Amino acid sequence: MPFSKNDIKIDPAKETDRIVQQLRQYARNYRKQGAVIGISGGIDSSVCLALSAKAFGSKKVFALTMPEADSNPESAVLARKLAKQFGVEYIVEDLTAPLAGFGTYRRRDEAMKTVFPEYDATYKSKIVLPTALDDKDTLSIYQLTIISPEGEEKTARIPLMEYLQIVAASNFKQRSRMSMLYYHADRLNYIVIGTGNKNEHEQGFFVKHGDGGADIKPIAHLFKTHVYQLAAYLNIPKEIQQRTPTTDTYSAECTQEEFFFRVPHEIGDVVWYGMEKSVAVNELAQALDISEEKVVHIQNDIQRKIKTTEYLKANPAHIE
Amino acid sequence: MADVKQQVRDYIIENFLFGDTSTQFSDEDSFMEKGILDSTGILEVITFLEESYGIKIEDDELVPENLDSINNIASFISRKKN
Repeated sequence: MPFSKNDIKIDPAKETDRIVQQLRQYARNYRKQGAVIGISGGIDSSVCLALSAKAFGSKKVFALTMPEADSNPESAVLARKLAKQFGVEYIVEDLTAPLAGFGTYRRRDEAMKTVFPEYDATYKSKIVLPTALDDKDTLSIYQLTIISPEGEEKTARIPLMEYLQIVAASNFKQRSRMSMLYYHADRLNYIVIGTGNKNEHEQGFFVKHGDGGADIKPIAHLFKTHVYQLAAYLNIPKEIQQRTPTTDTYSAECTQEEFFFRVPHEIGDVVWYGMEKSVAVNELAQALDISEEKVVHIQNDIQRKIKTTEYLKANPAHIE
Repeated sequence: MADVKQQVRDYIIENFLFGDTSTQFSDEDSFMEKGILDSTGILEVITFLEESYGIKIEDDELVPENLDSINNIASFISRKKN
């Protein structure tokens, strides 16, 4: 039978049961009594909340949204709706003040100003990668986009030191969120749920000791395609299922595709799944209705990301 | 050309391998596949090339065939300088 893009699909009911069992087992192993989870109104954290509620019962799950100055206000609205639907206790912890205390915005803006001297707090900004659906096999080199209050957009490649400073400053956001999650987990004797999927975890789209630093990651083995399947099965609100995945880290609207993955997940997941199953390039190209050359570029990009982000996935090392 | 290859090799050994010459990599080896450089490392190499050879590397030149091995860099620099 020829390869089909539907071959990637899983049985969501069976997978849900399997995850729920393992979540319970993990908490029991460490004598913890429930779970804390940060929810963003996005598909991944919503599915993880639903799985946690099934595993521990809704009264044993504590959810929080941690917005800051650059967050989209829609995120908290959707997060609240989700928590209500699943009967989970929910609070908002605004992290703008602690992040300002760390100098997050000042340090980031200082680096952005070096790239674009006219940049100031009235501008919106984001960092992006070129698409991998291009005719060329391009490297993942970031560009900075700024948008003036009048809507004028400018994009330029970010020099090394400025790039590192922007990322380092922005990483305070994920690390502060993880600190807050552990504060609540420690006071409740709960575990912290990590909400990254396989795409994020294996390709290194997370902050080490930030969103990557949880106790258990119930969807880190699942492609984004699978997460959408579970979302439908678990009855996640339609607005969340239909929302475009964003980073919600930069002030300008920035999709996960332009920030990191470089291809829509519907294509990237199938190419990656096909690589794992040793499906021929021509079969993948046919199933996805894209050129073989593009399939190879996407494969190269995925493989490079998996290989070059090993540091993020490594545990603290001990001297042998 | 030979000079460029040696200069790039020296730069990589000094900046990414702490001067340790025991890590073997040929002029053809992909820096990324060999685990020597990641995209941040490539960005650092770009800065080194621009400053050392007085060239400006354009966005559409940021491809592995220009930057992901000693040979690729040497051919790329030679094309840019001509």
